[in-house]
Amino acid sequence: MSSDELRIIALSLQVAVASVAFSLPVAVLVAYVLARGRFPGRAVLDAVVHLPLVLPPVVVGFSLLLLFGRQGVFGKVLADWFGIVFAFRWTGAALASAVMGFPLMVRAVRLSIDGIDSRLETAACTLGAPAWWIFVTITLPLAAPGIVTAIVLGFARSLGEFGATITFVSNIRDETETLPLAIYTLLQTPQGDAMAWRLSGFSVALSLLALLVSEWLARRARLRTAA
Amino acid sequence: MIDVSIEQALGRFRLDASFRAEARIVGLFGRSGSGKTSIVNVIAGISRPTRGRVAINDVVLFDSERNIDVRPEKRRLGYVFQDDLLFPHLDVRRNLLYGFARAPEPRSIAVEHVTQLLGLGSLLQQYPATLSGGERQRVSIGRALLAQPRLLLMDEPLASLDVPRRNEVLSYVETLRDELAIPIVYVSHSVAEITRLADTLVVVAEGRCIAVGDVEEVMGRPELRPHTGRYEAGAVIETRVISHDAEFGLTTLGFEGGKLVVPSAEAPTGERIRARIRARDVSLALMRPDSISIQNILEATIEAIADDLTAIVDIQLRVGSTMLTARITRESLQRLGLVRGQPVYALVKAVAFDRRSVGYA
Repeated sequence: MSSDELRIIALSLQVAVASVAFSLPVAVLVAYVLARGRFPGRAVLDAVVHLPLVLPPVVVGFSLLLLFGRQGVFGKVLADWFGIVFAFRWTGAALASAVMGFPLMVRAVRLSIDGIDSRLETAACTLGAPAWWIFVTITLPLAAPGIVTAIVLGFARSLGEFGATITFVSNIRDETETLPLAIYTLLQTPQGDAMAWRLSGFSVALSLLALLVSEWLARRARLRTAA
Repeated sequence: MIDVSIEQALGRFRLDASFRAEARIVGLFGRSGSGKTSIVNVIAGISRPTRGRVAINDVVLFDSERNIDVRPEKRRLGYVFQDDLLFPHLDVRRNLLYGFARAPEPRSIAVEHVTQLLGLGSLLQQYPATLSGGERQRVSIGRALLAQPRLLLMDEPLASLDVPRRNEVLSYVETLRDELAIPIVYVSHSVAEITRLADTLVVVAEGRCIAVGDVEEVMGRPELRPHTGRYEAGAVIETRVISHDAEFGLTTLGFEGGKLVVPSAEAPTGERIRARIRARDVSLALMRPDSISIQNILEATIEAIADDLTAIVDIQLRVGSTMLTARITRESLQRLGLVRGQPVYALVKAVAFDRRSVGYA
C-alpha cells in the first residue's frame, strides 16, 4: 500500500467515524420521538428527515453550501462564534456524510424501537422510574440491535458518499479527498487505473468488514435479550 | 381504604365507576370488556379520567376538582400485568431490583423476604426467556412488591397461565395476603379465583360498579347472577376446619348451620377457610336419604324460588344462618311440589369440592 493510498483510506475512516459519532445521538433521539411521540407536525418531521434519501445528492451538497458555507446562515455564526468551519474542510465532508446517512440511521433505530413492547416502558413507569431513566435503562438497551445497524449503515454510507461531498467541500488533497472522490479523480487521470482498482478493492473490503462486524454485534445483542 | 370515583370516555365506551373498599384483597370482578382494566389503569395513573377522584389510604392520587394528578411513577402502586412484562435484557435479580433501587427509604419490604416468599432464590441469575410462565409471573409480582408500593394492583395475573401454573401462583398470592400488610386490588373474571382470594368484591359491568360488598354476600345475591355467572353460580360460605381424616383424606368443615365433608384441605385444625358450593352441585330431597354415597346431607329451609319459566330453577336455601343455592330442573320442582318455607334436605357430594373451591379465608 502506498502512502497516498494509506492517506486516503485514513481520511475516509476519519470522516466516516466523525460523521457517525455526531449524527448517531441525534438519529436515536429523532427515531425515539418519531416512534413514541404523538404531536402535531410529526409527519412533517418524518418527511424532513427522509429528504436526503430522495433528493439528488448534488442538491443536498448545494444546500449545505448555502447553509454552512463561510457566508451561510449557520456557517457564519459557527465560524465567528465557535471557530467551527465546514467549508472545504474534512469536517464539511463529515457533515455531508452525516446528512446523507441520517435517514438510514433514523429508520434503522426507529424500526427497532417500534419493535419494543411499549408496555415494558409502562411497567418501568409504575415501578417508579422517570421517563429519562426508562429511556436509558429499557428503551436504549432493547433498541441495541437497531442502533448497531444504524452505525454500520451510517458508516458504509459515509464511505460511499460522493455527490453531496464534492458539491459542498470539493475535492481537496489531504483535506476532503475520500475514497470515492479519489477513485473518481484517478479515473480521469492517465495511468490512474491501477490505483483506482486497488482503492476500489479497499472500499469493498471495508464495507464487507463493517457488515460482518454489525452482523456479529447484532447477534450478540439479540442473544442477550432472547437469552 | 381504596376510594375510587371516576368518569372517563374511551371512544364509545363510558366508564363511570365508584367504589370504596377496605380489605386485604379487593376483587374487581366482571366479564371481559366490562371495564375492570380501565379502572385499574386509572388508579395506576396510566390513563387519565375525565373527572373524579382516586385516593388510597387518604393519599389523594387524582382529584379533578382540586387539580391533583400524581404522575404514575410517583404513585407508588405496584402493578402486576396479565403478561408479566419482565425486562428481557435484565436477569431476574436486576428485574427485581428495578423498582427497589429507586424506592424511597425506609424500604420495609426486603429483597431476601420477597425472594423467599415467592421462591425465587434459585432463579436470580436467569434471564426471563428461560423461565416458565408461573416463574415469570412470580418474578413480576416480586418486582412490583419490591418497589415498596402502598397498594398492589393485579390485573388477571393468572389469565395467561395454564391450570397447574395458576394454582402455583394463586397459592403464592395467598401467602402474600397473609404475610405482608399491603392491600391488593385483584382483577379477575374467574369466580373461582375471586372467591378464593378476595374479601370484598366489586362487580363491574358496562363500565359501572354495580355491587360492592363482602364476597359471601355479593356472590349470594340472585339479581347479580347474570354477572356472577349462571354456570358457576353458587354460594360462598365461611367455615372452620374441625378435623382431618388422614385415612380417607377428608376434612370436616364446620359452619353456622352444619358441617361439610370435603377432600383433604391443606389447613390446620381451627383455621378459617372459605368453601364455594356451586348451585348445580346441590340436589334436594324431601326425606333424609340413607344408603347413598353423598357425604353432605344438610337440613335446609326453602327461602325463595327463582322460577323464570325456563328448564332450570334456582332455589335459595337457608341452612342455619347460612344461605345456599340449589339448581334443579323445573320438572323436579313441580314433581316434588316445592314451596317457600318448606323444610328439605340439601345434598352435596364431597367430591364436588375441588382445590379451587376451598381456599384460605
